[in-house]
Amino acid sequence: MLKIGIKDLAKYPFLTEAGQYLANTGLSLEQLGHPDWKPIVEKAYGRIVVASSGQIYGSDLESLDNDSELLSFIVAIILLKSAGIATLIRRFSLAEARRAERYLQQDLWVSRDKKNLELPLKIIRDLFAVNVSIDNDEFVIKVPDYLQRAVHFHEKEWKLVNRRVSNGFVYLTAHETVRLIRAELGEYINGKIQSINIESIPQGFKQRVDDLVLLAKKFSDTTYVSSEYPPCVKHGIEVLEKGENLPHSGRFLLATYLLSKGQTVDQIAPLFKNAPDYNERTTKYQLEHISGSSGSGTKYQCPSCEKLRSENLCFATSDCDGIINPIQFGKKRKNP
Amino acid sequence: MNEKNALLIESAFKEYYFNRFDLIHVPKKATEREFGYQKFNSGMTRHLVIKNDKELHLLLMKEIPSDVYCSNAYYTFPNLSMSEKDWKGADLIFDIDAKDLALPCRKDHTVFKCGSCNNSMINFQSQCPKCGSTKFETVSVSCKICISESKKEVTKLVDILTFDLNIKKEEIEVYFSGNEGFHIRVTNSDYEPLGSQERADLVDYIMFNGAIPESFGMRRQNNSKASLPTLDEKGWRGRIAHRLFTSKSKAPKITKEILSNGYSAFQIQLEEIKKTMGVRVDPKVTMDIHRIFRLEGSINSKSGLSKIQCVDLDSFDPFLEACLLGDDAVEILADCPLQIRLKNKKFGPYKNEVVSLPKYAAVYMLCKGLGSAI
Repeated sequence: MLKIGIKDLAKYPFLTEAGQYLANTGLSLEQLGHPDWKPIVEKAYGRIVVASSGQIYGSDLESLDNDSELLSFIVAIILLKSAGIATLIRRFSLAEARRAERYLQQDLWVSRDKKNLELPLKIIRDLFAVNVSIDNDEFVIKVPDYLQRAVHFHEKEWKLVNRRVSNGFVYLTAHETVRLIRAELGEYINGKIQSINIESIPQGFKQRVDDLVLLAKKFSDTTYVSSEYPPCVKHGIEVLEKGENLPHSGRFLLATYLLSKGQTVDQIAPLFKNAPDYNERTTKYQLEHISGSSGSGTKYQCPSCEKLRSENLCFATSDCDGIINPIQFGKKRKNP
Repeated sequence: MNEKNALLIESAFKEYYFNRFDLIHVPKKATEREFGYQKFNSGMTRHLVIKNDKELHLLLMKEIPSDVYCSNAYYTFPNLSMSEKDWKGADLIFDIDAKDLALPCRKDHTVFKCGSCNNSMINFQSQCPKCGSTKFETVSVSCKICISESKKEVTKLVDILTFDLNIKKEEIEVYFSGNEGFHIRVTNSDYEPLGSQERADLVDYIMFNGAIPESFGMRRQNNSKASLPTLDEKGWRGRIAHRLFTSKSKAPKITKEILSNGYSAFQIQLEEIKKTMGVRVDPKVTMDIHRIFRLEGSINSKSGLSKIQCVDLDSFDPFLEACLLGDDAVEILADCPLQIRLKNKKFGPYKNEVVSLPKYAAVYMLCKGLGSAI
């Protein structure tokens, strides 16, 4: 049986074992509200503030009190849950995931030689149902497990074609292995926060909860939108204007894109007039289907840049930098 | 399709569907799949459940479909509408079609049919010499080169599936599509749950799409530390090494050359490699996790040939082994400017003439639009 100590819990406070540890100490929520525990509440609040600014909260596990590391995480969850602001919870979950990612990476790296990988591999296996094994000095995971995670990354180096693949396995470094599960780790922590139930909080927590509500106001961002079409949509329109054949996937892109920009079926239909196989009734029927106003009622979404690239419908320019779906084209955040 | 043609083809299909139960079976996990079919001159009927061979045979005899399809996906409720089916997983499928291979032979066996007077010609002309119309339909007839080139793609695909993706040979089924290519189905539980996006990335791997020089050890700067792939590596790195170096003794010299040519030149080299070594599959088919795919054993109405499994791909001759319709003589008006080879017999060319042909050849021409029933 794997023994998980307090130092491990300080690194990975979201583990189920953390709750068990706390129960064993006999500490109650009410007791935590006592002024003696104020430093923990402050530490917890600080942890959230750091996370909300996009930074990673750092712990010095050698010199600090590991109990307070664990407790401040738990109090932070209680504060967040009481404030009930989804943006803050999301930011906190992601930052905590990245913090844990550092430790996971270290643990994988350090224990690689000692062949003592039980804890980091257990965390990956138990939380995310991914089996990671070791081949020589590298970590390997099954191709389908890799694909299900890597498709969420948009950098080219995560494409399977840019990985070392053999016998159904993908080869990764310690850093890549944990990077692959970061989003899930964030979701896992987010899910944990969502699932807890708090009836009332100690008086000593209230001020910091109010502060969190104020803090969250900072994160409503404004965007400006350009009216320019992205190059893939422009290309589709040009092909149709020339009376050439645009494949089904290209027509689907045009329809979903323009619908998402608020155009109506009647406004879009004439665009297809020049298509060699144009039929007014069919076009309207298909547009209505895509818009969700007929058929199953499903409103189809604009395909992602990734999908368009696979279909040879992407004609990216430098203006496309950083977008993952054509509908994001021209939108820029003023307050990143 | 005109009524007379449809009747002739239908009667030939009917004979096949009545007599060849031995070739027509439902795939594994049939009860979890969606079936669909099309009749001549009519729309698609889908969202059907067919539990076993008996039900399938009954449907084929009753409806005499022009085309029959079955989903690669498994659903809890295959007969409900798309949004209510409850998708559970899907076989990996691949479509290799000769028309996507940009083969030089295509122009020799593509027929241009005038959209208004039906005049057929081999060479493309901007106007129909008979009626002056500028609208043409293209029809491609069978060609040995197309088939052998498609087979090469199948072999490349099977190679990647087995060595890179660890899919066992017995989990890979190769079928002749019934027209001009091959369908490959993989039943491996590890890959079944993959969604459309994951399959798109998998297909890019197979096609060698999106490879960047950095992944093969080439850097933009400071290339003294570059680590190009070596011959003993597996996957694409190994394949690339074999293509670049051919042998161990040549590797040091060629490595030097590549490094001195730089990043952009290497990028171009990778693009070239993609064209020759990437498997040319139709990505849309593999990415589609709700597709209904032609059912094995059924006839393809684009040709009258059957979609059948290729047990030995190298020796497989679709114009012999997938040509399974009857051979009693039928008279048709043939307008086929090319010679056609079926069951080791040659037919045509015919210039708008009434000819007596074995049923399989007559149906082939009708399906291709190069003849009509009289």
